[in-house]
Amino acid sequence: MPVRTPVLLAALVVAGLCAAACAPADQNDKAAPATGVPTPGQGACAPAQLHTLKAGTFTFGTDEPVYSPWFVNDDPSSGKGFESAVAYAVAGKLGYQKAQVTWSRVSFNAAIQPGPKTFDADLDEFSITPDRAKAVDFSAPYYDVAQAVITVQGSPAANAHSIADLHGVKIGAQVGSTSYDAAQNVIKPSQQVAVYNNNDDAKQALGNGQIQALVVDLPTAFEITGAGEVQNSVIVGQLATTGRPEQFGLVLDKGSALTSCVSAAVNALRGDGTLAKLTDQWLSTAGNAPTLR
Amino acid sequence: MVSTLVFAAAVWFGITSSPGWPRVRSSFFDVHTAAEAFPAILTGLWLNVRVLVVCEVLILVLGLGIAALRTLRGPVWFPVRALAVGYVDLFRGLPLIICLYLVGFGLPGLRLTGIPNDPVILGGIALVLVYSAYVAEVFRAGIESVHPSQRAAARSIGLTHAQTMRIVVVPQAIRRVLPPLLNDFVALQKDCGLISVLGAVDAVRAAQIAQAKFFTFSPYVVAGLLFVLLAVPCARLADAAARRLARREGAA
Repeated sequence: MPVRTPVLLAALVVAGLCAAACAPADQNDKAAPATGVPTPGQGACAPAQLHTLKAGTFTFGTDEPVYSPWFVNDDPSSGKGFESAVAYAVAGKLGYQKAQVTWSRVSFNAAIQPGPKTFDADLDEFSITPDRAKAVDFSAPYYDVAQAVITVQGSPAANAHSIADLHGVKIGAQVGSTSYDAAQNVIKPSQQVAVYNNNDDAKQALGNGQIQALVVDLPTAFEITGAGEVQNSVIVGQLATTGRPEQFGLVLDKGSALTSCVSAAVNALRGDGTLAKLTDQWLSTAGNAPTLR
Repeated sequence: MVSTLVFAAAVWFGITSSPGWPRVRSSFFDVHTAAEAFPAILTGLWLNVRVLVVCEVLILVLGLGIAALRTLRGPVWFPVRALAVGYVDLFRGLPLIICLYLVGFGLPGLRLTGIPNDPVILGGIALVLVYSAYVAEVFRAGIESVHPSQRAAARSIGLTHAQTMRIVVVPQAIRRVLPPLLNDFVALQKDCGLISVLGAVDAVRAAQIAQAKFFTFSPYVVAGLLFVLLAVPCARLADAAARRLARREGAA
């Protein structure tokens, strides 16, 4: 095929060039980030100016299922649960009505992948770290979180009064969580940390005695022990943080034009006491969680 | 040769000049996070390899045993045959992940003494249960591919059923099913990692932990490449086995 081959090659090359030239431009290029401190709901941060996924609506993302106390009954659109309430408060500060807020269920992988996102901002107890901030945008933090250790009565961990007492205990944590990092780096256990897909699996393992202690964030610890999700479970204590406190932030696409406005909204909510009020309302601290050092 | 190069160049150019390429590169091909995650992934892979070897031996033994049970003739063996058929139906149909949960979280939940609590052992049990069902069917296909005249000839010279199977049928059957067995072996190589749902940290789980730390998929790419490296020798081995078989059958 002396003639056809070069034609085919040329077609391939053209196709390759076309893939580059004809592909849609990256959406992030079009909106320059706002300069200065923006006012949520006004000017560049008014709904009319915000380049959201769907004009006039703000789409929040979160995983499926989601858990108490962050969301209630796996229904993010109820406004019940801390993160659902925060989401509606953020949207409200930006000038959106409750009916203008929609939810998209986004798995962890889908939230952090490099392609176009299916949400404007995602809240799913994402802790802000410098490493992660290289891949996504984080809003200003909306919650300072502590990590806690829970166990069941009769476990060797039940009598622990310090981090050193937990050193030889078989510990579990959810994969991808900063709870795992805390288990690994703060407790420094002598046995390998057992890692589970989600806290449901980890709770089963704790109930079965496959692990002797489980590291979760403090509100989740209160939820598990308080609601009896694991029989006879008790809080051993919370892990003392060293240096910067761990904080949750909303996740946005890297370089999103919305980040500064969402951050401004979160900051405004902290400033006017809304965040503190929602924390008191949804994140019970009833119960005893001594600080382990 | 030239066309291959030009095609590769065109594809490469097409991908790297796409608008999202810098983001994709920093997410999937970030050398720094890949290097950071590598030691943990390698440690995880060592667990995969150990589980693979131990489980494969058990699977071959159990699979062949079940296949042999299904060859038993006569009404007196009906319950045994039915049991073997039921086993294969159940465990070939049961999704591995569900079997892992049932064995991995269900068995220890019974709180009986003597039941292991180690996720690796529990996960290994689930793998053996499911894969034995597949491998039993592969062996059965091999056994049935041996011509009945061979069996009849063996019996006519006075060999018992067990002797016929052991000396005449099974050796030929195994040779014939070697390629599909190696295929299942490679599949098992990758499925071994699923025991991580029970708490063990295998290569993929180690990659996942690093992914959550850095929010990039580069650790997964590292783990993927390591699995490919592991599978390549198996593929060549399967090819060689198939060639050898073809020669033998041709000469026979």
